[in-house]
Amino acid sequence: MGNKQTIFTSQQLDAYQDCTYFTRKEILRLFHRYRDLAPQLVPLDYKNQPEVRLPYELIGSMPELKDNPFRQRIAEVFSEDGEGNMTLDDFLDMFSVLSEMAPRDLKAYYAFKIYDFNNDDFICKSDLEKTLNKLTRNELTEDEVRMVCEKVIDEADLDNDGRLSLEDFQHMIMRAPDFLSTFHIRI
Amino acid sequence: AASEDGEDEDEDDEPPKGRRAANKKKAAQADEEDSDDDIPQRRCNEAVNHLMFCLSGDDSKSDEEEESMSEGEMAKLMEEVEEKKKLIANIRNKPWRMRRRLKVLKEAQQFVDKFEGALGKGKGRKLYAYKVMMMKKWIKFQRDFENFRTSCIPWERKIKEVESHFGSSVASYFIFLRWMYGMNLVLFSLTFGLVVIPEVLMGLPYGSIPRKTVPRDEQATAMDYSVLMDFNGYCKYSVLFYGYYNNQRTIGLLKFRLPLSYLLVGIGTFGYSLMVVIRTMAKNADVGGGDGEDNEFTFAWKMFTSWDYLIGNAETADNKYASITTSFKESIVDEQENQKDENIHLRRFLRVLANFLITCTLGGSGYLIYFVVKRSQEFANMDNLSWYEKNELEIIMSLLGLVGPMLFETIAELEEYHPRIALKWQLGRIFALFLGNLYTFLLALFDEVNSKLEEEDSIKNASIWFVKEYYANYSANNPNDTGTPPPIDPADIIRGPCWETTVGIEFVKLTISDIQVTYLTILIGDFLRALIVRFLNYCWCWDLEAGWPSYGEFDISGNVLGLVFNQGMIWMGAFYAPGLLGINVLRLLTSMYYQCWAVMACNVPHERVFKASKSNNFYMGLLLLILFLSLLPVVYTIMSLPPSFDCGPFSGKERMFDVIMETIDLDLPAFMGTLFGYVANPGLIIPAVLLMVLAIYYLNSVSEAYKNANMELKKKMQMVSILCVQVHNNCPGACDSSARPQGTWTSTWPTRARQGSRATP
Repeated sequence: MGNKQTIFTSQQLDAYQDCTYFTRKEILRLFHRYRDLAPQLVPLDYKNQPEVRLPYELIGSMPELKDNPFRQRIAEVFSEDGEGNMTLDDFLDMFSVLSEMAPRDLKAYYAFKIYDFNNDDFICKSDLEKTLNKLTRNELTEDEVRMVCEKVIDEADLDNDGRLSLEDFQHMIMRAPDFLSTFHIRI
Repeated sequence: AASEDGEDEDEDDEPPKGRRAANKKKAAQADEEDSDDDIPQRRCNEAVNHLMFCLSGDDSKSDEEEESMSEGEMAKLMEEVEEKKKLIANIRNKPWRMRRRLKVLKEAQQFVDKFEGALGKGKGRKLYAYKVMMMKKWIKFQRDFENFRTSCIPWERKIKEVESHFGSSVASYFIFLRWMYGMNLVLFSLTFGLVVIPEVLMGLPYGSIPRKTVPRDEQATAMDYSVLMDFNGYCKYSVLFYGYYNNQRTIGLLKFRLPLSYLLVGIGTFGYSLMVVIRTMAKNADVGGGDGEDNEFTFAWKMFTSWDYLIGNAETADNKYASITTSFKESIVDEQENQKDENIHLRRFLRVLANFLITCTLGGSGYLIYFVVKRSQEFANMDNLSWYEKNELEIIMSLLGLVGPMLFETIAELEEYHPRIALKWQLGRIFALFLGNLYTFLLALFDEVNSKLEEEDSIKNASIWFVKEYYANYSANNPNDTGTPPPIDPADIIRGPCWETTVGIEFVKLTISDIQVTYLTILIGDFLRALIVRFLNYCWCWDLEAGWPSYGEFDISGNVLGLVFNQGMIWMGAFYAPGLLGINVLRLLTSMYYQCWAVMACNVPHERVFKASKSNNFYMGLLLLILFLSLLPVVYTIMSLPPSFDCGPFSGKERMFDVIMETIDLDLPAFMGTLFGYVANPGLIIPAVLLMVLAIYYLNSVSEAYKNANMELKKKMQMVSILCVQVHNNCPGACDSSARPQGTWTSTWPTRARQGSRATP
């Protein structure tokens, strides 16, 4: 405890504390979690902000993410290169948004991005189908999948363009009672 | 590639976005619309240059000029600084990349640092700099305090482990348990510090006065294990129970007023619990965000909120996939068949039948308790009781608590409700069962108390007569000794029945037996079952793990209700047995470890996961109800029953609350006495109560109005967004969707909204 850590400068730690929902101790713990994924790649000295990027395979194998059907999308959304390879900044950002303290609208924004598989700023039917198949591990028949996706668009699409925009999604998810408790990773 | 482009665009947008939001007032006044991100920037730069020029020290420039600059631009600059500070405070809420956030943060901080120092020049500079420094220190202190507070929260790792294996619903029980532990710890430290410790340190020691000594005829057996287990013997005459405390008005050098402290701590226990429960409820209500089961977004919510991101375990994940699939299939089937209620009459008849059966069960259990309590009163007068007869009451009550819910669940199968509704009915019925039991128990207890009170009069006379006789005998036998006779040994004096200690003992016994039953149930019902299933599986005909009995699931609702009711018993008994709070704290502590271990070792994750978020306030609501119900008996006894004449801190008084009157008369200055006299006047209290009722009504209607205003605003926003999207589709480029809330739209909002009703939500 205290000021003995030599990984970050104190300004860096303060900046991270301002930019995430984590306390100083949690940020250091997260750094060690990040480093444990690949100790030979991640240096112990971040004062010069080294450009270190961990490949997606390492991120996807973390115990918090390995069972999540959307882990690839999560990593892609939060990584700078869009491929799932994450720097420490991306790593902190991801867990900060998914933490308990992030507000609903911030989580809704990122949830929308995660479920938008083709990155076209709309959740269209194919995105919904992919989501559903990931959720049920392809157990539903094609007819059932089609029916569910039509129902979802029916329910949530306000502007009647056959796909969900960010506003539609936010409007729908804001009143969901379980959203905050399920869209949450504790690390 | 697409994401990269998007990113660059965002990268350019974000500094002006921040400032744009900050300057939306200025934007409305801006003449040019195309360069509205430039204007604040330009103004800022101008102000910077001007200030720098002034500060760079051309002192020949007159002070008046310097000040004429300060007036207008100083204010604008202060506004800029304030906006930047707000940005810094809210930067973690912005949906940007971390790199961008860090950059913007750095720029904003540099800006604020530069100008806070600069603005300090001139009048009140030192004061301003001091204020800034204090603010920074305060923020740092707050941050350190938050860090410290987070690290103080116990069992975070343990709960996280349970959460990752069993999902958020089972973990919610442990979070509730931890919350209860915290509350009980505070109550315990209050009682311990203000009642127990003063009596131990400053009061008379054991054996000095009758109430603190074991009576002569019990002394032979006072150390026996069986007697101690019954909380008689040395246990009964210890700080654990009400009877030990002395009624001296002040004790020790510090003149500590123990009776007053006892009463106030007793009332304060309820006050603190009430405050904490309501505060937690208010906090939960905020997060809840929505009531009831609307069918508006069934499928959408199923799709986007059913996966629990907390799951970190393959088995739980498998279960979750299966339950999601089943849930979708069920909803699809529901959707496809328009539910035609076949045989409405049969269903209604079955439901009425089920409710009738359950009412019978409830009535039967109430009567059983009453009968057993009567029997235990008879047993109290007999000797040579078997272990069963001594503990019959507690055993019966705990058994009812076990068997009742199972019975209700079986009967409820007749009703065929939707599972969520069935669960609510189940919880309600179990609640009624426990309530009925508790109150029957209390009524029986009151019978006992009344009989003891009747006894008291005769014993009081007997004990006074005994003392007189002792002195008469002494002087008759020792006519030569003219000094005062030696005092009677406290163990010999005749004791009153001391109903308060009896009540305390009953509650402690009930709590202990409940603890034992709970722990035994877990040991046998979960652990033994798991052992049998695991090891007998090798040599059994059918698969024990997949079929019956398989491993147990964690019964969340049963455990939570058990916790709530035990807390009710603690609240009721704490006034008569201050040690009960200590027992409860120990019990919660061991429960946490024991149940965490049991869950991880012997249970499997649920088939159908219980939704944690909505029910949290339900449990708090139950806790609140129990709190009020347990307040009633205690307040009743304080107000109307006379305390025992020879035990406890209120002995010798007419009523327990007389101690307050005494304090007001003797300790507080005279005018306070008259003041309290006026305040206690019903003529003042009734209007005060009326005023509070009116205030509640007013606040309620205000909150209704806010809710309505909220709904209206939501509808307006919906309409605007629909219209905007329609315009966007028809004339691309007319409005930049990411910058919708201001710019060209601000002036047209009111008119558009008024047009409104053609949009369909």
